[in-house]
Amino acid sequence: MSREWPLWEVFIRGQHGLSHRHVGSLHAPDAEMAINNARDVYTRRNEGVSIWVVKADDITASSPGDKEPLFEPSNSKVYRHPTFFDIPDEVGQM
Amino acid sequence: MYAQEVKSTGKAVKSLEEMTPEERVFQTRIDADIKIEPKDWMPEGYRKTLVRQISQHAHSEIVGQLPEGNWITRAPTLDRKAILLAKVQDEAGHGLYLYCAAETLGVSRDQMTEQLLAGKAKYSSIFNYPTLTWADIGAIGWLVDGAAIMNQVPLQRCSYGPYSRAMIRICKEESFHQRQGYDIMMKLVKGTPEQKAMAQDALNRWWQPSLMMFGPPDADSIHSAQSMAWGIKQNSNDELRQKFVDQTVPQATYLGLTVPDPDLKWNEEKGGYDFGEIDWNEFFEVLKGNGPCNKERMEARRKAWDDGAWFRDGLMAHAEKRAARKIAAE
Amino acid sequence: MTADDGFDETLFELALRMGDNALILGQRVSAWCGHAPVLEEDIAMANVGLDLIGQTKLWLGLAGEIEGKGRSADDLAFLRADRAFRNCLLVEQPNVDYAHTLMRQYLFDAWHLPMLTALKQSAEPRVAEIAEKSAKEAAYHLERSSDLVIRLGDGSVESHERMQAALNALWPFTGEFVAPDDVDKAAASRGLGPDLSAIAERYNETTAAVLRDATLSAPADAPVRKGGKEGLHSEHLGYLLSEMQWLQRSHPGAQW
Repeated sequence: MSREWPLWEVFIRGQHGLSHRHVGSLHAPDAEMAINNARDVYTRRNEGVSIWVVKADDITASSPGDKEPLFEPSNSKVYRHPTFFDIPDEVGQM
Repeated sequence: MYAQEVKSTGKAVKSLEEMTPEERVFQTRIDADIKIEPKDWMPEGYRKTLVRQISQHAHSEIVGQLPEGNWITRAPTLDRKAILLAKVQDEAGHGLYLYCAAETLGVSRDQMTEQLLAGKAKYSSIFNYPTLTWADIGAIGWLVDGAAIMNQVPLQRCSYGPYSRAMIRICKEESFHQRQGYDIMMKLVKGTPEQKAMAQDALNRWWQPSLMMFGPPDADSIHSAQSMAWGIKQNSNDELRQKFVDQTVPQATYLGLTVPDPDLKWNEEKGGYDFGEIDWNEFFEVLKGNGPCNKERMEARRKAWDDGAWFRDGLMAHAEKRAARKIAAE
Repeated sequence: MTADDGFDETLFELALRMGDNALILGQRVSAWCGHAPVLEEDIAMANVGLDLIGQTKLWLGLAGEIEGKGRSADDLAFLRADRAFRNCLLVEQPNVDYAHTLMRQYLFDAWHLPMLTALKQSAEPRVAEIAEKSAKEAAYHLERSSDLVIRLGDGSVESHERMQAALNALWPFTGEFVAPDDVDKAAASRGLGPDLSAIAERYNETTAAVLRDATLSAPADAPVRKGGKEGLHSEHLGYLLSEMQWLQRSHPGAQW
């Protein structure tokens, strides 16, 4: 008889305008209840935050075998990383 | 600790030469401090050990709600009531995070719960002791949470990503737990003679069980070596136990309380305390289910689960109705 | 009514009633912590309990201030006898099962939110301030409890039956919230509190809509059970207070 509540992944955007960030998971019978539960479990009801929930089953993740082809191209564009550029200390915070 | 008796493979740790190529890549990643993630290849023993350890840890949080939860309705002030409720609520949250971490290894939360209720899964021995007075709430926060934090801080560096991340969140939220316990003790020792006696009595009863939380002595701990090689365990049982004693004894002295151990003595040479033998028979009896409250704890968990079945099923039924109505409307 | 010595009894009673409702219901729901049907619910219900205990401190703190005899919120909570408690009978009703607990919560929240919303306009600024803060919490409580009542009422056969049984048992206690007595009338005449008939109207509208969506029906012509506002309680309160006050009372004067 008992059917387990599905698992949801919870993403929260805080007040400071940063992107939604994965904070954890929880169980809920549907999306609306997952949002309510996320408010109680993961924000302890901080106001002004935006919550996304996604059914864990609906997430497609890169599989480890793909790791190299998927991540190789960006690894070669090292200039995308700020530490690639050597800035003299005198210039200050950048 | 919260996972005191985690059976791993029981085999000796393999050297890099003895490993298969997959195992070698895996071990090299661990040695390089690269986290293992759910979809990565992992040895079956690693997966099984982690499931056992994380689920034991989760069960301990949930069962651990009960001894302290006893006192929520009897807390002596509104502030104490709110703080205790928030703390026991945190434990539910920590259980939730940990179950989720274990779920990434292919076992569902309901399955883990059924295992606990069937008596097939372990949880920490400490929660099978009764909370008899308000001072026990102080002693649990001070000693039990103190011991837990000592174990959990290194677990933040655990090699398994989801477990490590859960521990980071838990440690952050838990920072107030030990302090609230010590705060209760401070109030009691400054109070009436009855209150001070209550505090000493609680220390007397919780001291040994707290030392047992770190698990059996290293010499008898057959599973530690592999767990340490896998980065699931960072410190040995005895190492953490010694650290706990060294940290806690001065705190007891500050309270004006006596640690119930006639053999306790500062050892200048090792820079730590020597302490008396722990009654490991008692420990194994409690783990086997023969502690003072094992039966009551399991009954309480089983009752919550059984009595809650209609609630879980009812909400699921509604969610299905709603989904069906939505499809019909489209 | 303000006596010669400056003691404002109406205001004192108003603060006690608000505080005692929050305290007794908070005590009831916090007993679920560690025993709820599912972890997510355990955490959510504890949040409701925490809110109510927080509100208790504000209301009883104000009551002690108005009384002016140096009694703190803790003194009022832990050292008053049952006949001096002013909560409505509904909140002291036992937890029974999770259906009763949720139904009791919903029937309380449906009154609590409009009451607090009205109290934001109180002529007494200290009341308005507490109401302002508490109304935000009550709005979330109502959103949550009405959602759960609807879902469980319109859920499985068993959940429907349990929710209907809870409604049958608890509905008679709802009238007390909205039936004005002398204190309520005195408060309304001075603008300290609302005219309860306006709250009654809101209460009947919202509960009718939610119960309809939940496929539940309130018992018709149920006699109103009341008395708590004047300190005439059900037998349940005595047991609740014995447990809650025991530690304070067995160590007179001790600090915790």
